[in-house]
Amino acid sequence: MSTLPVLKPADFASDQDVRWCPGCGDYSILAQMKKILPELGFPREKTVFISGIGCSSRFPYYMNTYGMHSIHGRAPAFATGLKTTRPELMVWVITGDGDALSIGGNHFIHALRRNLDVNIVLFNNRIYGLTKGQYSPTSVEGQITKSTPMGSIDHPLSPLSVALAAEATFVARSIDAHVKHLGETLKRAAAHKGASLVEVYQNCNVFNDGAMAYAQERKQRADNVIELEHGKPLVFANGSKGIRLVGTHLEIVNTSDVPADDLLIHDEKDPNPSIHMMMARMSYPAMPEPIGVLRAVEDVPTYDDQINHQVATATANKGDGDLDALFTSGDTWTVD
Amino acid sequence: MASLKTSKDVQSVSGITVRLAGDSGDGMQLLGTQLTNTSALAGNDVATFPDFPAEIRAPRGTRAGVSGFQVQFASEEIFTPGDTLDALVVMNPAAMVTNLDDLRHGGILIANEDGFNEKEFKLAKVDSNPLDANVLEETYRIIKVPMTKLTREAVSEFGLGTKVADRCKNFFAMGLVYWLFGRSLDPTLRFIQAKFSKKPEIAAANEAALRAGWAFGETTEAFGESYQVEAAELKPGIYRNIMGNQALAWGLIAASKVSNKDLFYGTYPITPASDILHELTKYKHFGVKTFQAEDEIAAVCSTIGAAFGGSMAVTASSGPGIALKAEGMGLGMILELPMIIINVQRGGPSTGLPTKTEQSDLLQGMYGRNGEAPLPILAPRSPADCFEIAVEAWRLAVECMVPVMILSDGYIANGSEPWKIPTMSGIAPISITHPEGTDQSEPFMPYSRDEHLARPWAIPGTPGLMHRVGGLEKEDGSGNVSYDPANHQHMTNMRAAKVAKIAERIPKQDISGPATGDVLVVSWGGTYGACHTAVGRCREDGHSVSHAHLRYLNPMPSNLGDLLQQFKKVIVAELNSGQLRLLLRAEYLVDCIGVNKVQGKPFTVTELVAAIEQESNAVKGDSRLKAC
Repeated sequence: MSTLPVLKPADFASDQDVRWCPGCGDYSILAQMKKILPELGFPREKTVFISGIGCSSRFPYYMNTYGMHSIHGRAPAFATGLKTTRPELMVWVITGDGDALSIGGNHFIHALRRNLDVNIVLFNNRIYGLTKGQYSPTSVEGQITKSTPMGSIDHPLSPLSVALAAEATFVARSIDAHVKHLGETLKRAAAHKGASLVEVYQNCNVFNDGAMAYAQERKQRADNVIELEHGKPLVFANGSKGIRLVGTHLEIVNTSDVPADDLLIHDEKDPNPSIHMMMARMSYPAMPEPIGVLRAVEDVPTYDDQINHQVATATANKGDGDLDALFTSGDTWTVD
Repeated sequence: MASLKTSKDVQSVSGITVRLAGDSGDGMQLLGTQLTNTSALAGNDVATFPDFPAEIRAPRGTRAGVSGFQVQFASEEIFTPGDTLDALVVMNPAAMVTNLDDLRHGGILIANEDGFNEKEFKLAKVDSNPLDANVLEETYRIIKVPMTKLTREAVSEFGLGTKVADRCKNFFAMGLVYWLFGRSLDPTLRFIQAKFSKKPEIAAANEAALRAGWAFGETTEAFGESYQVEAAELKPGIYRNIMGNQALAWGLIAASKVSNKDLFYGTYPITPASDILHELTKYKHFGVKTFQAEDEIAAVCSTIGAAFGGSMAVTASSGPGIALKAEGMGLGMILELPMIIINVQRGGPSTGLPTKTEQSDLLQGMYGRNGEAPLPILAPRSPADCFEIAVEAWRLAVECMVPVMILSDGYIANGSEPWKIPTMSGIAPISITHPEGTDQSEPFMPYSRDEHLARPWAIPGTPGLMHRVGGLEKEDGSGNVSYDPANHQHMTNMRAAKVAKIAERIPKQDISGPATGDVLVVSWGGTYGACHTAVGRCREDGHSVSHAHLRYLNPMPSNLGDLLQQFKKVIVAELNSGQLRLLLRAEYLVDCIGVNKVQGKPFTVTELVAAIEQESNAVKGDSRLKAC
């Protein structure tokens, strides 16, 4: 048996020119993906990227793996057909806030609730980029865009809340500019058996520049973001502030004012998503926003395993199907 | 089980058309299916037409709630379920008033007279008992049977509640019909035993009702004689009765086996296509994976995903669902991946008539996608033909790397006929090769072409062939995204040429009747039986008429244009307002006369005969005029 060649990030780059705008957050996500894939040690030819439509969805063209740039919002559905028939493949779904939450909301929910073993990376820039600047389902209320000159009146949708409502087994968030955290989060998603969602705050420097600067900029991040760690208390602002659970609410406390065990301890493995949901609903500026893995519940059967298991079970019970026998089963008659 | 024999006179007839009509909950579909199977097992040729409301349980007793099942069984080869009825069984007034027009003069009307009371008259919106109409006795042979009462008596020993006991009355009706047409009770007795094996008292009650119905026919003075239809002379072989959707499902599995592929079926429930899913999902041990998607779009997209992975991938729907799949079908087309898309057509537009048949999605199939996205289209001509069409569709899909559309319809899907059972060894293998892995010394060209203009089907998991596909226009050969104007022209032409080239490999159009003459009837899909029968009848009457029935609609057979030129008039008969006619006129510049119907019902032979005679007589008139 030959040993697998050791691959480098460059081995995952296709020969196509990358055509995102200079300064786009997508570059960072692409770089982290190329960086972590060699570390996974998984063959390139068994890796598939499937995307929908939008800026982020050009991603597969830039990866030297198998890939499909599909249609708007539907990438999870293509992934379902591929993963159920080829469960040995590692399938990534690349999508955006418009692609996954607006036109493709249905497929997003169903891929997650079925626990299909794919990794969904949702590039959230809170704007429609490729169609040049209309508001998206994650745009904040009041946002002025080309299609909302008097401000958006839609209440924004949280990808994490949607995923948790579908009881997704792996739900995480990271930030384009926080490259180390992003790489680690993508690796966790890849390692998870079941549907994984990683929301990535991604800056659109052309149509929505700085919309998430409070989380992206290193200086602001400490005060506005909580980096979650399993088994550790929720703290931010360099440890000076923390989060406490009071009844059914989360509140900010000064860590110096309360006993250490008053702070909420993060349990990503809790099968009950209620506290994960409270965390997903923490939003700037009222609250700091959590990044990292909110939820990672293992040992839930995956859709692809189960569909194949049913085929195997039926075959074990009934033997390999014999069509000649099927055709002549039941009532037949002979004409001489 | 010894077969019962009647002691009354038996009249031999060549064929019988009977319709069973009652409330949706009366079990008419079951009765019809049993009569069909029993007749097929007796060696008759059979053709059926189930007709039921879209509502699951429409208000009881109303006209909207009437469910019917028509079957023709004959000692000769037949192609339709018959036009006019020799016998009509009605369980209530609503069934009677909505079906009586189709009963021929002198035909037998069997009515469950217990179902005819004031309450039922009100529900059926009739002023008085329709059985009392004076004109009836002169026009029909009327047999009133207190079926509810007799059924209750027959099952009284089993101590069932009234409601349960009354449910056995369709078996009583069945027994009576079996007596009237000399059918054996045995297949239905076997069915009862199997179906109600866990409820022995229900099995016993249904059997008692069935036997009581037969005995009623034997003893009542209302019937002086029964009818016998001898076995038909079909081609030698082993036969079974098969429905269209079942034949499609089995054809798909057969195609997967002869091509050594596992079958993936991604779909969303919709009438009248859902039975394909119900059938396929029983056969997981044949390597069949069925995926009930969250919507029609996900269904087609999952199908494309499975095709990308190298499976035999199929999706099916009806018109409204096909509309939703349009964008996905366009992607499948430009990706150039093999798959099958089935449209079991129903009455449209929009939700239309879900349980009724129509052929109005032909142009949707031809043109219902953005951009220029031609797909090959095949159409089965009968329930049993669905099997062969499924295999043929997969063969073309993989040879040409293209999604192939099958246009079935509600009439074929739910209708049934005897099927001469093939052997799997008799079905030609479908050979599929995926390119093997390379060391990448040369770049892989996913959009290179073979002699069919098909591209290689390289699948994920193959080393060295990593490539990206997508809906953006591709550069010829490399498949890279290209906005080059000349390349787009080239690729558009290439994709169209690939589909057009299929005409070189499909059979030439055959014709029933002389190759030249006055009138040619052109038809497609589920109207085959009615058109074939009508043309035959007109030829017997001395008309110069032939019939060409298309199974390949895109591309059409290469000789079709020449063939159309050999007739003075071309009639195109279809259950839409002239969609094939439009295509034929555009493609071949031949004038065509449309015979069209959009009533949610199949053609009757009678109306086609009238249309053919009219055109044939016009030709004869023209030539007489010239002779003067």
